[in-house]
Parts: sequence; structure tokens; C-alpha cells
Amino acid sequence: MLELKHITFDAPASKSADGREIPGKRIINDFSLDIEQGKITVITGPNGGGKSTLARLIMGIEKPTSGRFLLDGEDITEKPIDERARLGIGYGFQTPARFKGMKVRKLITLASGRKISTNECNEYLSAVGLCSGNYLQREVDKSLSGGELKRIEIASVLARNPRVAIFDEPEAGIDLWSFDKLIDTFLQFHHAQPDHALVIISHQERIMQIADRIVVIKEGQLDREGPREEMMPTLMIRMPQNPTCGMAAVETTIGQWSLTEEGVR
Amino acid sequence: MSEIQSQSALDQSQIDDITSAMLGVIADMKASEVQGAVNIRKDGHLAARRNSENIVIETKTDVPGIDIKVKPGTIGEQVHIPVVLTETGLNDKVYNDFYIGAGSDVYIVAGCGIHNDGCETSEHDGIHRFFLEKGSKVVYVEKHYGEGSGSGDRILNPRTEVHMGENTQMEMVMVQIEGVTDTVRDTDCYLAEGAKLTITEKLKTSESQKATSNVKIELEGDSSSVQVISRSVAMDDSVQIFAPLVVGKADCRGHVQCDAIIMGNAKVRSVPGIEADSEDAQLVHEAAIGKIAGEQIIKLMTLGLSEEEAEQQILEDFLS
Ligand SMILES: Nc1ncnc2c1ncn2[C@@H]1O[C@H](COP(=O)(O)OP(=O)(O)O)[C@@H](O)[C@H]1O
Ligand SMILES: [Mg+2]
Repeated sequence: MLELKHITFDAPASKSADGREIPGKRIINDFSLDIEQGKITVITGPNGGGKSTLARLIMGIEKPTSGRFLLDGEDITEKPIDERARLGIGYGFQTPARFKGMKVRKLITLASGRKISTNECNEYLSAVGLCSGNYLQREVDKSLSGGELKRIEIASVLARNPRVAIFDEPEAGIDLWSFDKLIDTFLQFHHAQPDHALVIISHQERIMQIADRIVVIKEGQLDREGPREEMMPTLMIRMPQNPTCGMAAVETTIGQWSLTEEGVR
Repeated sequence: MSEIQSQSALDQSQIDDITSAMLGVIADMKASEVQGAVNIRKDGHLAARRNSENIVIETKTDVPGIDIKVKPGTIGEQVHIPVVLTETGLNDKVYNDFYIGAGSDVYIVAGCGIHNDGCETSEHDGIHRFFLEKGSKVVYVEKHYGEGSGSGDRILNPRTEVHMGENTQMEMVMVQIEGVTDTVRDTDCYLAEGAKLTITEKLKTSESQKATSNVKIELEGDSSSVQVISRSVAMDDSVQIFAPLVVGKADCRGHVQCDAIIMGNAKVRSVPGIEADSEDAQLVHEAAIGKIAGEQIIKLMTLGLSEEEAEQQILEDFLS
């Protein structure tokens, strides 16, 4: 459905806020992947490996140095963000933007691209575990906690309902209860629309368990990929070492799981 | 025209189409539907007036302007006192005094619209004074707007003075939508014990417009508090200057927040000040100026909006 062909991205040299030179750097190196219709693809790998950059390249936020993107066979490499959005690509940011003065309801409505009822808006919010409270009238500004903002971001992508939906670390800042709900939501969203593709960037074992395919990115390159059953045993998942925490405590620290070096090698 | 038409239909014989359209913009009102007490001033003259059950509007005898008297205990009544200028070259100055009786709770809408099709300067300077008696509550909304095909300047220089008695509350919303060439706004507020004030200023300037807002708030009584929120967008070659000052003279709270989006070659100067004469005063100011955040535009583009649509949406909500 969405083909990534030999994508390379070199970040240009730049200056930091304090005036230091930051040299240019290869972030994504000759990356190829076929994101299949009707499948859940989970992209994982160590921090800084290039997962978010890859998602931003797919969405058109960054331009690749070389390589092509094909959506249903059509080359979309030169298309700007909004056009890709209209062609059916959607992205839930790892770090969502805040908007002074914009109501949650407005964001969800803009995302859906049509007039939607209060009920429908609330359904998107409860699908991400924001059930109580009057969220629709809240502003998408710093009055929201990181977790609330993140869930509203996910809700906006659900409301947009893109054919290729990419969620970037949706588990961040989400409590255990909402996390179960979120996994149900992803599954429902996915099963209801067999012609869509769902891509989730995640470190979470429970998210990997719903994957059809798992892709590992390391140092900007495709480390390996394959069906979940084959990939899971090769990903040695370890819990953070914390002698004062029992199992229950560890379970609530979602997003803290990490891949061991052996696991991704 | 008849001066007093208590609770009757408003005499609209002097309200033409331009005036009527402007009333919609500056006072959210359709003259035929507006509730409560009304005073419409057009081109320096009274165009329509109506008193309500507990609110009396009287023409001043010494200077141009009106006295608006709200009886003690008046709850839920409205006052609309819009001003419209449609003649080019007019310089209109008025003194309006509001006497808000103890324990009342009223909603006041003022506003000025200038329609200048000529080449001479049209100017309106409204000098408003508010006297809030013990325990009264006021919501005051003031909108400024300019339009017209002429090259003549559209100038508004409002002066507002607010005297807040014990345990009074006032919410002031001051909006300058567009089209005002030059404005200098002076606002002075004095708060007695337990008085609570919020001032929200919303401003958009473009082309080579200039806007200055000087706000001074004196927190004189214990437990008085003020919150000043200013949101502005400066586009093209326009210039904005904000100088809010909060002076704490008692056990009081003050918070000033100025937030500006700057575009094109515009200039914004924000100089919030706080001054404490009492060790129990707690005053905070914040000021930020910056362009529209790129990540906001990008997010809206991922939802299918074009860059221009995204920008427009962000500005609209910022000033909403
Ligand atoms: N535009 C950019 N300019 C410079 N460096 C970048 C840019 N985008 C990403 N990077 C760097 O690329 C690496 C990969 O980042 P990222 O894609 O966010 O990784 P991940 O999402 O896998 O944690 C990081 O070292 C990051 O600092
Ligand atoms: Mg990332």
C-alpha cells in the first residue's frame, strides 16, 4: 500500500540556540519497507534510531535526500504535507503541538474534516480513555497534562481516519487502565477498516503483540523485520532494573520497557 | 425622536444600513432585537435611546456624553451604548459615566465603529468612568472596528477609569478587530478591599496601523486581585505597544500575561510592569512575543488544511 524505496535523509548542518555549529548528519540510511494494507505494522528500535524521523518523512514534514515514496503505486515523494493528508496519510505526533485558544472540540472537528456532533466528538475522546470531564471545551494549551495532550492527539488521528495511520509512541504518558482501552481502540479501528494500514511506533511489548509485522530500526537503518511470531522471540524484552519495585509497580510504568542491545543486534 | 421609551421598541428611523451593519460587528446587536437599555450615538448625535426597568440613561448637560445609572440590586439587565461614525472628518469626544448600584449584576456592551469613505481623519475619543458600589458585578465588552474605502485615518483614543468598591467584580473584554489606523488606549483601575478584576485585551493590527495600550491597576484594598490577559497579532508593518502596570498596595494578587504573535515586518513592544508597596502583595508578569509556531501549522496541515488555512485558523483561535 505504502512503499518506502531506498529512503535516505541527511539532516543539514545547523546552528544551535547558543550559536554552536551542529554538523550535518545521516539520520536515515537507504531504508526500504512495504507497509501492507490490512496489516498492523509496529516499528521499534532504540531511542534516536530514526523512527520519528521516518514517520515525519512519510508525512512529508521532512524531505528525503534521496529515495521515493509510493502510495498505491503513485509517487508522492514531491507532495506537500496537506496533499499527503488528503491522499490518506495521517500521523499522531510523538510530541504533540499545543494551541493557545483552540478548543479540543475544534481540533477534533478540523481533524474529521466535517461537522460532527458533540456525541461523536466524545466518542473519539472516550476511545482514548478521556471519558470524564468536559474535555471538548478545554483548550489545547498548557492547561492539559502531557498525557491528556497525547491522548487528544491520538483522538485527532482517529477522527481524521486516514488510510495509513501512523501513531508515534502512543503509550507515552498513559496509565495502565487507559492503555488497555487504547489497545482495544486500535484493534477496533483496524478491524473495522480492512483496506487501511495501521503503523504504530512503540517500545511496548503489548503493542507488539497486536502487530502483524514488526520492524526494527537501528541507527537509521532497517535492522530487520518480519511477522510477529518470528520477530517476538528475537526481541529480548527486559524490565527496568529497580530493586524496590515489585512486579505490580513495574507494570504501571508503561513505556519504560527497553530493548536490550542483544535484542536488537 | 422620543428620549425615553421604556421597554418599548427602539425608534430606528435614524439607523441606516451602514450603521446597522456596524452595530452587528461592534455590539453583536440587531437594533430591532436588542434587550435592555440602549443608547446609540451616530456622528456626534443621539440616534436612539431606550431605558430599561432599572437602568436610566441621561444626557449630560455640561459636556457631550451620558450618565448611565443602574439602580441598586438590578440583576441580569443589559446596557448597549454603541457609537458609530460614518462622516469623514468628524472628531467626536464623549464622556460616559456609569454608576453601578450596590449588589447589581449587569452586562454592558460599548463599542465604536468608524466607517470612513472620505480622505479626512475620523476620530472618536470615548472617556468612560465606572463607579461600582459595594458587591456589584459588571461584565463590560468593548469592540473597536474601522472600515471604509477612503484614505482618511480612523482613530480611536479611549480612556477608561474604573473605581471598584468593596467586594465588587468586573470583567472587561476589550477587542479591536481591525481597520483602526491609530489607537492609544488608557485604562486606569482602582480596586478596594475584596474587588476582583479581569481584563482581557484582544488586538489585531495590519498594514501600517499603530496601537498602544497603557493599563494601570492599583490594588488598594486587601484581598483585591487582578488578572490582565493580552493577546495580540501584529501583521504587515503595524506597531503595537503594551504597557500594563499593576501596583500592589495591600495584601493582594496580580497577574499580567501578554502574548503576541508577530508577522511580516511588524513590531511589538511589551513592557509589563509590577510594583509592590506592601510585603503581602503577590504580583506576577509574563510576556511573550513570537511568530506562529511551525509545529502548529504542520499539525493542521497533517489534518489536510493548506498552509494559509492553518495560519488563519491558528490566529482566529488565538484571538478567540
Ligand atoms: N532535522 C533534524 N536535524 C538534525 N538532527 C535530527 C533531525 N531530526 C532528527 N534528528 C536526529 O536524528 C536522530 C533520530 O531521531 P528520531 O527520529 O527522533 O529517533 P527515534 O524516534 O527513533 O527516537 C536523533 O539523533 C535526532 O537527534
Ligand atoms: Mg521518536
